[in-house]
Amino acid sequence: MAQRLRVRYAKRGRLRFTSHRDISRALERALRRADVPVAFSAGFSPHPKISYVGAAAPTGVASEAEYLEISVTRECDPGGLRAALDASLPPGLDVLDVVEAGTGSLADRLECSAWRIRLPGADPALARAAVERFNAAERIEVERLTKKGMRRFDAREAVVSLEAAEEAETTAGQASSQSCVILRMVVRHATPAVRPDDVLTGLRLVADFAPPVPPEVTRLAQGPLDVRTGAPADPFGLDRDNSRGGETEPVSEHVGGDL
Amino acid sequence: METRGTRELRALRPRNGRRDRRAREEPRPRLDSLRAGDDRPWHPFQADTLEGMPVESLFPRLEALLPKVQKPIQYVGGELNSTVKDWDSAGVRWALMYPDAYEVGLPNQGVQILYEILNELPETLAERTYAVWPDLEALMRAEGVPQFTVDAHRPVRAFDVLGLSFSTELGYTNMLTALDLAGIPLRAADRGDDDPIVLAGGHAAFNPEPIADFLDAAVLGDGEQIAIAITEVVREWKAEGSPGGRDELLMRLAESGGVYVPRFYDVDYHPDGRIRRIAPNRPGVPWRVHKHTVMDLDEWPYPKKPLVPLAETVHERFSVEIFRGCTRGCRFCQAGMITRPVRERSITTIGDMVDAGIRASGFNEVGLLSLSSADHSEIGDVAKGLADRYEGTNTSLSLPSTRVDAFNIDLANEFSRNGRRSGLTFAPEGGSERMRKVINKMVTEEDLIRTVTTAYSQGWRQVKLYFMCGLPTEEDADVLGIADLAKKVIQAGREATGSRDVRCTVSIGGFVPKPHTPFQWAAQADHETVDRRLKALKDSLRGDKEYGRAIGLRYHDGKPSIVEGLLSRGDRRVGAVIRAVWEDGGRFDGWSEHFSYQRWMDAAAKAGVDVDWYTTREREENEVLPWDHLDAGLDREWLWQDWQDAVNDVEVEDCRWTPCYDCGVCPTMGTEIQIGPTGRKLLPLTVV
Repeated sequence: MAQRLRVRYAKRGRLRFTSHRDISRALERALRRADVPVAFSAGFSPHPKISYVGAAAPTGVASEAEYLEISVTRECDPGGLRAALDASLPPGLDVLDVVEAGTGSLADRLECSAWRIRLPGADPALARAAVERFNAAERIEVERLTKKGMRRFDAREAVVSLEAAEEAETTAGQASSQSCVILRMVVRHATPAVRPDDVLTGLRLVADFAPPVPPEVTRLAQGPLDVRTGAPADPFGLDRDNSRGGETEPVSEHVGGDL
Repeated sequence: METRGTRELRALRPRNGRRDRRAREEPRPRLDSLRAGDDRPWHPFQADTLEGMPVESLFPRLEALLPKVQKPIQYVGGELNSTVKDWDSAGVRWALMYPDAYEVGLPNQGVQILYEILNELPETLAERTYAVWPDLEALMRAEGVPQFTVDAHRPVRAFDVLGLSFSTELGYTNMLTALDLAGIPLRAADRGDDDPIVLAGGHAAFNPEPIADFLDAAVLGDGEQIAIAITEVVREWKAEGSPGGRDELLMRLAESGGVYVPRFYDVDYHPDGRIRRIAPNRPGVPWRVHKHTVMDLDEWPYPKKPLVPLAETVHERFSVEIFRGCTRGCRFCQAGMITRPVRERSITTIGDMVDAGIRASGFNEVGLLSLSSADHSEIGDVAKGLADRYEGTNTSLSLPSTRVDAFNIDLANEFSRNGRRSGLTFAPEGGSERMRKVINKMVTEEDLIRTVTTAYSQGWRQVKLYFMCGLPTEEDADVLGIADLAKKVIQAGREATGSRDVRCTVSIGGFVPKPHTPFQWAAQADHETVDRRLKALKDSLRGDKEYGRAIGLRYHDGKPSIVEGLLSRGDRRVGAVIRAVWEDGGRFDGWSEHFSYQRWMDAAAKAGVDVDWYTTREREENEVLPWDHLDAGLDREWLWQDWQDAVNDVEVEDCRWTPCYDCGVCPTMGTEIQIGPTGRKLLPLTVV
């Protein structure tokens, strides 16, 4: 194996409806089209050496920060690979950053996620009150159907921070604006994972707060929890420090880009 | 377009033109099971609200529904190599539908080919639409979202032509769902000038009579050239200001003899229910409609840019048709009969298409498609050339539809050189030598044993065998012969490998007599008979201590075949059954979890249709068959002779290698067999 590369990518807009399996097929094909020399496993049924790091954003949830690692058979320039792979993927699956893997496990660095939840049509005052109650609680038991059946767990402890804000939303083509609540939260990765919908369930349980339409959820970042800011730091920081370094894209908050 | 027929028709136009503009009085069907708790009759689009409205994307409205449905990505579009063209600058707009779920419809070659060809035409656009699953259908009804295309999410009713590709009759109810969701009247007679022309193609369109009431038109045969021709007729008619409305457009299509417009033909019946006559009901409409044949496949190297879906689909590979047509003469095989003559694509075009398709798609598997792929005159060089080219790239080749007698192990080794070694599949179809003579599948037991012996000794451990049950003249012993054959296959495998680790899977399909085949006159076996024989076969394999555990058996019960038989050889009276099934909630009949035999039987009883009469009744030579006015090129007398030969166990040879036996296709259609060898080889690809 010549080189291991770490990739940060986004799923945006209508491609948020891709499942993890959909993304993995799309990525394998994109790598072939882009002529990336991916290493293959040996054996009867060879498969490309790609590992997805951390828990994938669920189907229907957009993300600005998904991570994977690729092994290649000859050295590649991370910046060039970023551009080639991004051009080869469908718009909406966007490669944001590629670095050469340094020492240490990337998975260990993905300690927490920052999420943004848009709740169009929700009442801001009710949302703020619900968030206050949520934050004041010690423990909030929620239930979710997982692969292992219905599980009951605490949705409060993993939440590092949760706040509600108001956004005046103007729908395209319409003059009228409607109230829209934005929830922002930082959640520690735990087992079982506390997902944004668990937090919404928690808000319903503590304050009977329920959004009128399906929420629009975006993962904004993943990384080690920075105790100063209370938010995830760049998980590639260590890789960049001790290698030639990749090209860093200025990653602004690019959410829900149109296709 | 100005022909004598057109001029005669112009004189008739006022009377005919008015017929289409009458008010729609059709009661809305009741779809209680799907209405999502809303009791109001629902209709997404009315004709008068569409006119003059800008055609906007439905996506924002659809997007709100997607979080609530299974596999939402299938409705999102945006596939690699898909095309969205400007609506306003396109003079002719096609919506192409494969009437099944996206995962089945997307890989369909026919739709992909037409999609690409039509979008290459100037001032023409084509978008795709698929059957939506019941979960989304219920939400669309509740929220008033009409049937949409996945490319630009435009409402299907806004298009000029809705082209449906029917590989199987089991998509008929899905067509009705799509029409209804689109706001297009189900009955063609109730459509107005704002509705698209609903046009059927595909193999099932060779007998479109059961859906004649729902279709404006049908096309037989290869779609490449006729789709372009239809586009030009529509363009011209629109450019003239749509004179004579929809009726004249259909007349212009019909008078060519290349497009079937069911409303221009009347069907009369004898008192006993048989058809007396099928005749045009106005001047200028030809008595027979002919199929279309693309003669030079090298001129039509499509798909060039295969669609690459984000959602998972049934075929995740790039497929190249290496030839069309088949003259092996298997009597049960409708595809082999209606796609004659054989036309090969040359080795060099195949190589170019594979190269371009892999580059454009990133697929890691290439399928070389045809009805009997090992029969290509240069298949050995194709296989070796491609295996050389893709050495070390993890690109695997697959060769579906391989005949036992055309198979050789060198070929199989080439095909598995760069990728996975999948199982080998052969289709003897009949369990006994006599049965195989009846169906003209000239594969001997020795051929089969020799082939599997080689395969097992070369390292294959698994062989799949396909058979049919319910064939004409079949007796219990013929089906039990399948067990004997499978045991001999295992025995040969054990001897060849010296190991007991060999397996064989037997898959059995129910035989359904199809139009335009020598078996079109045959009685279909009733499902009780089929089930009894399958059970006896199962018992025979289960009870065998020596071989039973090495042989897997896969089959379906005989009931779905009866419904397929009703739809395959049905006439216009069967349309009422299809509609009643659909109104009762029938959807996705090709999916066993959605199919309900009882629903079909109840609907037939309600419509006064005797299912047995259509399925298990043998037809006389001179009975008028519902598709007799549709010309697949086959000589009816030859088909009858071949049917008689079948009953007498007489075989016919393949006319590629032996003299013509006068099936009629080449002289009637002005075609001829086009096969190699060209003598050319595939050169290594230059590295970029």
